Amino acid sequence: MIKKFDKKDEESGSGSNPFQHLEKSAVLQEARIFNETPINPRRCLHILTKIIYLLNQQTLRRMCYLTIKEMANISEDVIIVTSSLTKDMTGKEDVYRGPAIRALCRITDTTMLQAIERYMKQAIVDKVPSVSSSALVSSLHMVRMSYDVVKRWVNEAQEAASSDNIMVQYHALGLLYHLRKNDRLAVSKMLNKFTKSGLKSPFAYCMLIRIASKLLEETEGGHDSPLFDFIESCLRNKHEMVVYEAASAIVHMPNCTARELAPAVSVLQLFCSSPKAALRYAAVRTLNKVAMKHPSAVTACNLDLENLITDSNRSIATLAITTLLKTGSESSVDRLMKQISSFVSEISDEFKLISQLVMGGFEYKRAIVDCIISIIEENPDSKETGLAHLCEFIEDCEHTVLATKILHLLGKEGPRTPSPSKYIRFIFNRVVLESEAVRAAAVSALAKFGAQNDDLLPSVLVLMQRCMMDSDDEVRDRATFYMNVLQQKQKALNAAYVFNGLSVSVPGLEKSLHQYTLEPTEKPFDMKSVPLANTPITEQKTEFAPVATSKLPEKPGPTRQDIYQEQLAGIPEFQGLGPLFKSSEAVQLTEAETEYVVRCVKHTFARHMVFQFDCTNTLNDQLLQKVMVQMEPSEAYDVLHYVPAANLPYSQPGSCYSLVSLPEDDPTAVSCTFSCTLKYLVKDCDPNTGEPDDDGYDDEYVLEDLEVTVADHIQKVLKPNFAAAWDEVGDDFEKEETFALASVRTLEEAVGNIISFLGMQPCERSDKVPENKNSHILFLAGVFRGGHDVLVRSRLALADGVTMQVTVRSSDKTVVDIILASVG
Amino acid sequence: MLEFEPSLYTVKAVFILDNDGNRLLSKYYDTELYPSMKEQKNFEKNVFNKTHKADNEIAFLEGMTIVYKSSIDLFFYVVGSAQENELMLMAVLNCLFESLSQVLRKNVEKRCLLDNLDGVFLVVDEIIDGGVILESDPQQVIQKVNYRADENPLSEQSVAQVR
Repeated sequence: MIKKFDKKDEESGSGSNPFQHLEKSAVLQEARIFNETPINPRRCLHILTKIIYLLNQQTLRRMCYLTIKEMANISEDVIIVTSSLTKDMTGKEDVYRGPAIRALCRITDTTMLQAIERYMKQAIVDKVPSVSSSALVSSLHMVRMSYDVVKRWVNEAQEAASSDNIMVQYHALGLLYHLRKNDRLAVSKMLNKFTKSGLKSPFAYCMLIRIASKLLEETEGGHDSPLFDFIESCLRNKHEMVVYEAASAIVHMPNCTARELAPAVSVLQLFCSSPKAALRYAAVRTLNKVAMKHPSAVTACNLDLENLITDSNRSIATLAITTLLKTGSESSVDRLMKQISSFVSEISDEFKLISQLVMGGFEYKRAIVDCIISIIEENPDSKETGLAHLCEFIEDCEHTVLATKILHLLGKEGPRTPSPSKYIRFIFNRVVLESEAVRAAAVSALAKFGAQNDDLLPSVLVLMQRCMMDSDDEVRDRATFYMNVLQQKQKALNAAYVFNGLSVSVPGLEKSLHQYTLEPTEKPFDMKSVPLANTPITEQKTEFAPVATSKLPEKPGPTRQDIYQEQLAGIPEFQGLGPLFKSSEAVQLTEAETEYVVRCVKHTFARHMVFQFDCTNTLNDQLLQKVMVQMEPSEAYDVLHYVPAANLPYSQPGSCYSLVSLPEDDPTAVSCTFSCTLKYLVKDCDPNTGEPDDDGYDDEYVLEDLEVTVADHIQKVLKPNFAAAWDEVGDDFEKEETFALASVRTLEEAVGNIISFLGMQPCERSDKVPENKNSHILFLAGVFRGGHDVLVRSRLALADGVTMQVTVRSSDKTVVDIILASVG
Repeated sequence: MLEFEPSLYTVKAVFILDNDGNRLLSKYYDTELYPSMKEQKNFEKNVFNKTHKADNEIAFLEGMTIVYKSSIDLFFYVVGSAQENELMLMAVLNCLFESLSQVLRKNVEKRCLLDNLDGVFLVVDEIIDGGVILESDPQQVIQKVNYRADENPLSEQSVAQVR
């Protein structure tokens, strides 16, 4: 109910009667009630009103409006304030009118609204822009409360829309749309009028574009309608905001042809190189949406998108990459995934985005899987999330290669997570549902869970039993095999047969088996006679493996070692040496630009070593013959035989060999230094024809010393599960010693030194020392010449310099001594 | 399919944080968005964690587009829906920042902001009303607010100035 003296107020100007004679000090005293808790809003509003009329400070009054608005939600008795606000909104002080209107409308209810309707209508068409805007926006807020009343002000709003002020235009348009939106015809007419009349406000344009798009969508209007033309013309508006809105609208329209999309896409392409991050983000986000339906339309932007991959804003970079993934060619996929993997772990939202990119062919999926796998390996914290994503992935992945890869990883990493049982469901479903290859892989993965977790073992055994009934041979064989191994419940067996697979080279094994079947013998086949494989690449993922171009599963080709074995077997002098244990990397024995370039490969056999010297003669006026490398050992090694290279013409590499026996009486003397000299018969020859002289002369050329170290006697072997292997070898011949590495300053340096010195394989990714740690444990595995497993566990601590406690286990006592002696 | 209804309601929230992520001022215009104080504070914390190191203008979080700017020890954020026109949000942010810059006489830092918080409130109120962009020109905002940073804060206004 409005107080009666309102009318009188209008005549007497500011200040309503009861307040005119208020004493300032009295009011200020009353103002203390603001400090009361709980605050009494009703009395406070009353006081506030008094204050409004007493004080003419602009700020204070404005603050009062704000306070009133804020308190509007909690107060029910607003009558008192209403009158004063109404006063203000029609008063002379323009600066108060807008805020007064807004405050008033915030506290007004339906009945009150009708009372102030007259004032509102006047305000909407007021010439002062802030008043008009405030009235329009407030009307909009009140539409929700009282649509019918506000609808009556539509004509005023229409008039306001022709204002020059850009914000008033915007607000009027917004209000008009809200009032008319259920009447399509009215909206259509309004649009027609405004698109022709030309507005100035970029905000109003954006609003128009949205309304036009909505109308087009609702009427399923063809793209030759004037509405579409209007939107398209906005692509050439001078305000970026409008251009972007238009491009976005076109892109979102259903059934757009490539030709219609083209101008929008080219505008977005321009925005990609804007210095403003918001514009780049907007552009790339929109292009991403286009790429979903019309990847070909976006191809023109690929170059600009590639530039955005390195944008400092991660969201922009990720969006650029995901867009390129949809539009780019296969070869760019792995490059892109590599770039994502470096920072995906930081962004949770975009990570989900990528894992949902299951559209696209095999190459994309494979790239994504590889990416997730490498993230899991690099970042242990992401393991559970990554594994969960992979599980979902295989639920509907129709590619066998990917499914088996994921199953293999699950088998390796799953048992070590806090709750491994949740992965078992996924794996077992694969056993039931998928193709033979996938089922077989699933059986292997299940076995790993059973071997590692005693609580899961009974369930796994039951599942395994079911797999023994499978229709496929491989699946049944694997199930039966694992069943038997697991039922023994022996850690050593599990380690050998379930976890750490074959470490021998497959072609070598094939050959040895073949050999075995040919020769009748009663001895059982000895695995140790098979040459070991170099650590297979699939286990080691120290760098991101690029996607192979062939889609067939890779056939294991002959390794470097197999090739050497063949070559050496062809030399009669080396027949009786037995299988080749290890071949080292080539060691340069000469400097870079010398006359003769010599490098050496050390081949280790059971009791001998063969040194292969690959020599190249870089002098075009010389022919070398009977080339050999004379060696002088420092320790108990004996040089048995030399096999020279017959001819060494200009620039054609040739090889000569030296056979050396390893010391029998002192097995711990594994290292040795050889001083080497190249000896040959040299004949001068004509550089042009290559014709040599008939006579020559003996000459020699000193080479660098050749080192044989303990690493040459050890072949690296990766044990995926080091703990199981440690138990398997047992502690019969275990020894431990502690060393102080005085000259080493950091743990990384110590770790690197040990690995390169011993030549053993780091396991469990223990070659990576986490940052800011003062202690580390390094696990190394290998096989010593003679076929003896050797494992090293090295505890390192960083205090003043590095202290190292080395524990060595092997199946042979001598080997343990050798290792410890070498470290010392 | 059009993802949103044409509407004047563009801004979902605006807030100002210090460089520890503490809230100095915040207004949430969409009442359904984060109804409780706890949810609002949580949202602000997440936004702060994502943006205070990066110093880029724009980010995407929890289904919202957020444009932001920092100055000395303050962070300014304007939040809109993911389908909103990012340039509109930037216009609001720029207007806010420019207006405050003038009001605080170029000292856009925490101490000055807190001393003139009433002026800051007025500025925000003049730019966005209930989620609708009211004004985008900083000069207009300054004129309407008509606040000077060297005025005495409210509590010290003397009675003598009263008519």
